[in-house]
Amino acid sequence: MGRYLIRRALFLVLVLVIVSLLTFTIFFKLPAGDPARRVAGRVITPETLVAIRHNLGLDKPLWVQYGRFAKGLVPWPGLFLNKQVYFNYANNVPVSEEIYRRLPVTITLAIGASIAWLLIGLPIGIVSAIRRRSLFDRAGMLFALFGVSAPIFWLAYVMLYIFWFKFQQWFGWSLPGSGLPTGESLMQSVLRGRFLLPWFALALSFAAFYTRMVRGNLIETMSEDYIRTARAKGLAERRVVFRHGLRAALTPVVTMFGLDLATLLGGALITETVFNLPGIGQYTYNSVTSSNFPGIMGVTVLASFFIVVANLVVDIVYAFLDPRVRYT
Amino acid sequence: MPEPLLEVKDLRVHFPTEDGLVKAVDGVSFSLQPGETLGVVGESGSGKSVTFLTVMGLITSSQAVIEGEVIFQGQDLLKLPKDEMRNIRGSKISMIFQDPMTSLHPFYKVGYQIAEAIRTHQDVGKKEAHDQSVEMLRRVGIPKPEERADQYPHEFSGGMRQRAMIAMALSLNPDMLIADEPTTALDVTVQAQILDLVDRLRAEFNASVVIITHDLGVVAEHCDDIQVMYAGKIVEFGDRRDIYYGSHHPYTWGLLRSISRLDSASKERLQPIKGLPPSLIYVPPGCAFHPRCPYVFDRCRTEIPRLLPTDGHHASACHLTLADKERIFQGEVVVRR
Repeated sequence: MGRYLIRRALFLVLVLVIVSLLTFTIFFKLPAGDPARRVAGRVITPETLVAIRHNLGLDKPLWVQYGRFAKGLVPWPGLFLNKQVYFNYANNVPVSEEIYRRLPVTITLAIGASIAWLLIGLPIGIVSAIRRRSLFDRAGMLFALFGVSAPIFWLAYVMLYIFWFKFQQWFGWSLPGSGLPTGESLMQSVLRGRFLLPWFALALSFAAFYTRMVRGNLIETMSEDYIRTARAKGLAERRVVFRHGLRAALTPVVTMFGLDLATLLGGALITETVFNLPGIGQYTYNSVTSSNFPGIMGVTVLASFFIVVANLVVDIVYAFLDPRVRYT
Repeated sequence: MPEPLLEVKDLRVHFPTEDGLVKAVDGVSFSLQPGETLGVVGESGSGKSVTFLTVMGLITSSQAVIEGEVIFQGQDLLKLPKDEMRNIRGSKISMIFQDPMTSLHPFYKVGYQIAEAIRTHQDVGKKEAHDQSVEMLRRVGIPKPEERADQYPHEFSGGMRQRAMIAMALSLNPDMLIADEPTTALDVTVQAQILDLVDRLRAEFNASVVIITHDLGVVAEHCDDIQVMYAGKIVEFGDRRDIYYGSHHPYTWGLLRSISRLDSASKERLQPIKGLPPSLIYVPPGCAFHPRCPYVFDRCRTEIPRLLPTDGHHASACHLTLADKERIFQGEVVVRR
């Protein structure tokens, strides 16, 4: 098991190195034009350009430039998203500060949505698999088809329309739909229900995928030989389904969950924008529209970091669940 | 004659499918005495596995149309409520299956899986169940059973896995053990070991054993009585000597002629049974074997032969006369002593 972990950790480092090389090339070397002007963004003064050229080391050899950029991927205080490279000159503030300020909102959104989609998706998938071809199964798969097909930008607006706009008209009351007032703490915002609609919109999309996956996996698992053995032992059907069937069927779901959560932590761009939540996704959207190049670099690095780490975590968890994997 | 342990009366198991009604088992009757070993022989699709899966209650009326009776220790298992059947399954009647690699759950330790069987039927604590499972592993001949019980199935070899399956099946001291192709997935040398193990354990545990196989070599040494099945019916029934030294059915002859023997001349060719196994949806009229039978005559095409005893114990389902059967056997099938 130890060797397996070391191998996975080394692989993580390798992937981060490759990511850094690729992003460096894409951001700095591929586009035409002056990288300093790109980094400066909207506010371009001669002094700013000089400062940028100095900070990025544009007068220095290529490997120095790359080194400064790559340092931003190392998860160490002072190195990660360092302000030498990742600095928003338009607002005169380090990118790391802008991102860290917004991270809690995205984390709240991601965790809440992920719990919701598990609570919705798993039971529907399980019951659909056990009662195949029943009315429940068909309804469940219809729901899944809807959730998988409906794009999040459409779904989010529809939900806003119904639960925020129309509810107000019909009932004189509605769920909060837009944004987090600056006066409130995050906890207060959560308790006032401001995350309910965003959670639900995200959850519906993901739940649909998970329902189908769980249903498919469980159906396949229940036709395995060891399920027949479990029944032949005289085990109660509930135990056969949950202890034997689900235990094997959920392993790939755990993998998917880890990766989905990591992707979401990198910013649920559309959801945050539609519901006006000041998280990483909204920051990404704003950075792109306002040509905040350092901001874009920063979120790219952050998102890649989350996904690479999530891969490692998921591999470790998988080894705990599936003993056959521990020796590879 | 003591009371039979298991009596199956006119069992029919028909599966409704999109293509039609699959008559997997179509009128099977036999009985099993306590302490006896029964060999059930036939090709794939002969209904041998389905018969015993139905006896175990693993095929239920929600999957197939089931008729007939399965009387075990005086009770008709087909009429039992699910809970009671579950009590019997695993503790009074156990079954082991063909591929031990896929038959054990890959995520749980072997000791745990055996202990689980024990704790399902007996009110014992985890530690005691674990100790019992270690003991069972020892009894089936697995070295260092304490260590092995804490290992996962993929850490066992094929033969050891099948031993572990046997340990699991016998852990509650069942009265009947059904082994469905127990050796088909194993090497030849391991096959012999497993079958000898089953013999030994049968005596130790005082259980009846049913060995389902397509391999006549397996049944020759280890079974008291042999039942040959074809297209969902029993076509011949007899003890070892009856089947090997005086069988009375063309299908059995075909099977005997198609196995290679150490004492046959090396130039002698194996003779396969011509034709293909029949569809179980559109079963041939009359005798189901008639399209492939070298001795077919008119009556075979229209009248289903019944399984009738020819001398005492030995029975066959064929319209040929006893004299003809003996003549053909001596002339064309003779198995040298």
